[in-house]
Amino acid sequence: MLGWIDTLLQGILLGGLYSLYATGLSVIFGIMRLVNLAHGDLIVLAAFLMLALAAMGVPIVLTLAIVVPLMFALGYALQSAMLNRVLGRNILPPLLITFGLSIIVQNGLLETFSADTRFLNVGPLQGASLPLGGGIAIGVMPLICLATAIAIILLLNGVFYRTALGRAFRATSDDVEIAQLMGINNKAIYALTMGIALAVCAVAGFFLGARANFDPSIGPARLLYAFEAVIIGGLGSLWGTLAGGIVVGVAQTVGAHIDPEWQILSGHVAFLIVLVIRPRGLFPRAVD
Amino acid sequence: MRTSGSAKVGRGESHRDGTHFSVTTATSASTVTLFLAIPAIVVLLALPAFASRVLLQELFYVFTMLALAQLWNLLAGSAGLISVGQQAFVGIGAYALFAFTVVANLDPVLSIVLAGAIAGLVAVPAALIVFRLRGAYFAIGTWVVAEVCRLILAQVKQLGGGTGTSLPPEVASSMVGLDFVRNLFAVRGPAARDILSYWLALILAIGTFLLVYRLLRSRHGLALSAIGDSEAAAESAGVDVSRTKLFIYVATAAATGMVGALIFLQKARISPDAAFSLIDWTAYVIFIVVIGGIGTMEGPIIGVVIFYLLQYYLAALGSWYLMLLGALAIILMLFAPTGVWGLISRFYDISPFPVRRRLIAPVGSVADEKESAR
Repeated sequence: MLGWIDTLLQGILLGGLYSLYATGLSVIFGIMRLVNLAHGDLIVLAAFLMLALAAMGVPIVLTLAIVVPLMFALGYALQSAMLNRVLGRNILPPLLITFGLSIIVQNGLLETFSADTRFLNVGPLQGASLPLGGGIAIGVMPLICLATAIAIILLLNGVFYRTALGRAFRATSDDVEIAQLMGINNKAIYALTMGIALAVCAVAGFFLGARANFDPSIGPARLLYAFEAVIIGGLGSLWGTLAGGIVVGVAQTVGAHIDPEWQILSGHVAFLIVLVIRPRGLFPRAVD
Repeated sequence: MRTSGSAKVGRGESHRDGTHFSVTTATSASTVTLFLAIPAIVVLLALPAFASRVLLQELFYVFTMLALAQLWNLLAGSAGLISVGQQAFVGIGAYALFAFTVVANLDPVLSIVLAGAIAGLVAVPAALIVFRLRGAYFAIGTWVVAEVCRLILAQVKQLGGGTGTSLPPEVASSMVGLDFVRNLFAVRGPAARDILSYWLALILAIGTFLLVYRLLRSRHGLALSAIGDSEAAAESAGVDVSRTKLFIYVATAAATGMVGALIFLQKARISPDAAFSLIDWTAYVIFIVVIGGIGTMEGPIIGVVIFYLLQYYLAALGSWYLMLLGALAIILMLFAPTGVWGLISRFYDISPFPVRRRLIAPVGSVADEKESAR
């Protein structure tokens, strides 16, 4: 019984990491109806950037402060220089541009950093854990990760629902043509959206590296977890995305508890089951 | 030349003044193609008599990639179902071949056909799930399905589990027709196997091509292009959109499974990572279609030639080669989304494999005058 409670707790904490992966994707989905196939690779890129900065002697918390704005700028540039040119009814160009980007980032990292597995050294917090009694303990880093995921969702929802800029975001999401008639520059909104998404990717990259090992090839799998979390949660709802991340996380730890080889598979299967039972996700908001 | 049969969708309509209109897909270039294609196929069939083994092996790769590209093109270019998970059906076909030959001791050539059937069967429940997602979400959904297939087959210990397995030599040497080839060309076992595989690849490539070509020229092709223009309008005009899409998805999966089975029969070694490789069976295939020209019959043919040349000269660069392909795909999407064939047909109005319907008016009629005025 205690084993199952432990499994459930670890799954929820893992879900915190997955919803961090997914938040950026959910924002892009919600506002642009766009899928970024390079999302996972950009998370890994952020982790490697922090690793490189840390190797130069920059304190780990400071690397986060450098890489987050850097990834924001990258997202802004990516959207305004490339993806804004191919907006429209045909979804193939944006999909293939991000697919090409995924292959470039993955192989660029492989060429620069080799295929070795790495981790980010976060000092004394690395292996620290809080005993909860009964032999159950939860890691401090995973707990901070879950708290960060919640904090980011609170922050983003605050921006989206309480500010004038947020109103512009929601208007663009609801009906881009009417939003343009009201004087909103939709391309600028899209560039900001991608910037925000990649800034969240940078935070996700930090926790990816701080919680577990990573190497250049693991991006696509993170994309799939993130995507599953978004679809399970329901499009357009960030709290839904958090719930979706937790569903994937719990499904994976439960699967791993039964047989370690089933971890990844059970996450995917949970996603497919939700898709069959509730195709619009658990907490749908947007219609699309 | 007017084509007959399924290509001709509208029967000639008589007007009051007795003029006769008809709809055709044929062009003068397509007549030339028809006369060139037959000798070309004969030469390709006879090639093993004088070509080197290496050339046959290279052509095997080209033909299998061409078949995969034609199939992805039908799915994404014509039916609008952009999948990044076709490696699921390559892998299922490949694993089914190993299961039929190694476990059930069936003939490899028969197993290829059965493997296609299995891939088609798996595609039905897969479609019911991924069709709940639209557009770009559909793309990632197909990828998840492929991952699920890979992870499940990695659990099957009889087929090598996660590390994979090899095809026992006696399986490959039991192929039907092998003795015939050996006697015909007076070659030894391995060379005869290459020839047989080459022929099978040629047949699959031509077969897929003809299948897609006939389909696009039939009323189903008309339905597909209507869906491409507007799903709602197509539906209101009587096209059963979801059934048409399901049919295309399942048919493509079955044919992709057969190609996958043949590829891994030739490789004689399988592992989950190789059989369900996103790069080998989807990224390369998409690259071929997109660089050649998506949504056209000519595109994949041009694309596979360009891809082969790039692969031949640059594959040794390893990850730099992949980065180059990625960059080329991005540049293409930004500046020439219709691919090389799109650029060619912008300047020259030729179509060797036409699928578009044109109205043919009799000489001297109103429509004809309008046509010549343009």
